[in-house]
Amino acid sequence: MMAELPKEGGQSRTRAGLAGYFRAVMAVADKDVRTELRAKEVLGTMAAFSVLAAVIFGLAFDLRVPRTELVVPGILWVIILFSGVLGLHRSFGSETDRGTLTGLLLAPVERSALYLGKTAANLLYFLIVEALLVPALLILFDVNLLKPLILLGLLLGTIGYVAVGTLFAALTARNRARETLLPVLLLPVLAPLFISGVGLTAAVLDGRATSEAWPWIGIIALYDVLVFAVAFLIVDLIWEQG
Amino acid sequence: MTKPSLPLIRCDNVQKRHGHRHILRDVTFSVAAGEVLALLGANGSGKTTLLRIVAGLDRPDRGEVWLGPVLLSDAGNEIRRYVGVVAHAPLLYDRLTGLENLGFYARLYDLEDAGARIAHLLRSLRLWGRRDDAVRTYSRGMSQRLAIARALLHDPPVVIFDEPDTGLDRHSLEELSDLFTQLRGRGRAVLVTTHDTARAFSWADRVCELRSGCLQQIAGSKRNG
Ligand SMILES: Nc1ncnc2c1ncn2[C@@H]1O[C@H](COP(=O)(O)OP(=O)(O)OP(=O)(O)O)[C@@H](O)[C@H]1O
Ligand SMILES: [Mg+2]
Repeated sequence: MMAELPKEGGQSRTRAGLAGYFRAVMAVADKDVRTELRAKEVLGTMAAFSVLAAVIFGLAFDLRVPRTELVVPGILWVIILFSGVLGLHRSFGSETDRGTLTGLLLAPVERSALYLGKTAANLLYFLIVEALLVPALLILFDVNLLKPLILLGLLLGTIGYVAVGTLFAALTARNRARETLLPVLLLPVLAPLFISGVGLTAAVLDGRATSEAWPWIGIIALYDVLVFAVAFLIVDLIWEQG
Repeated sequence: MTKPSLPLIRCDNVQKRHGHRHILRDVTFSVAAGEVLALLGANGSGKTTLLRIVAGLDRPDRGEVWLGPVLLSDAGNEIRRYVGVVAHAPLLYDRLTGLENLGFYARLYDLEDAGARIAHLLRSLRLWGRRDDAVRTYSRGMSQRLAIARALLHDPPVVIFDEPDTGLDRHSLEELSDLFTQLRGRGRAVLVTTHDTARAFSWADRVCELRSGCLQQIAGSKRNG
């Protein structure tokens, strides 16, 4: 079953195509989740941080704020922002530490498939953490975030965050200071997402008309589209060696 | 035999610098199908650098690398299917089992009939009994054997070994030597580095040495006279 060298061009695809592309994406995502379930490096840290941070915010604000609805949108998004930064650097960092990134780069798959696979795994971690965080905020602040528009904004916002975070994790993976570098790079870039997320959550919790919430959703969705467009443009260059 | 077949690996005037240091000044060589080329050289002489360039992991500053009829710098991702690499690092995931590691790479390479191929490799590299153990419980030599299985998984025509003898016991070394014989018999082009001169001579059809950035042949085809 020796693979013959292509006659010319090197573009001959054996089974590939779009289905092959997504098989590679799934392979990477599946591998990441499987290792994470055993190592519990990322999920454990993110989940513990989120719940603890919610408790601390609860202690800090509970007595001083007349209506907790006023602070919960900010608390929700701040916790997601900081807990995400804790986990994202491991995404490619673990591959560079163990040298396995070379194994991924040797494979005949598009670089964007590696990126998408990592993004999918990270998205799953974030959604699991949020599934803990939202009920925690309900218990601690008595604020119900389980509203369709909030959840839609949370999902879209998380997708955008994870997409840009995974891209930056790839960019900083070879840097020894990546754990401190990543948040410093990420926070400014995430500002539009963060502001829209808080705006949306506040609009819904205040019971304002849904026409006030939809523009925020629009901004978040646009942000997502832009992030993926940029990621696909530059992802091939990230691992290009001089 | 009308015309000589195209070499599977060909490097023409390859140059590579890291910063101001010229690591590779002018490296030209080729490896034919069914040929094993051993590369000697002191620490830091640029062996790994050269292998990374042939594997498409690094670009040369000047010069061309051809894999068969394909110019590496013009090729798409699919060209990677034709190269297998045993690197310094085993390229394995500690938390996954031997079977899961190979299964993952088989999915990345989109192999048909992966199960049979994996079972065959694990058996022939004496890892079948440990296939369900996490790789971090493997000994160094076992990891090295699994790394070899990983590199051969997609049965590439070009196989690159960077010091494959590190950590192997005498029995495994004999098997490695047999592997080179097998690969030669099946028409693969093999490029291997080692620090053991005697081993280089026993494995290879030709032995070259990297010295001050240039490749010098120190022994020619023992097999073809
Ligand atoms: N990424 C890099 N940046 C800067 N210098 C590098 C880099 N990679 C390798 N070098 C330098 O290139 C030279 C050759 O390194 P290389 O790893 O190719 O040597 P080698 O022959 O494989 O050595 P060894 O026998 O120790 O494995 C060394 O001087 C090394 O310091
Ligand atoms: Mg080396």
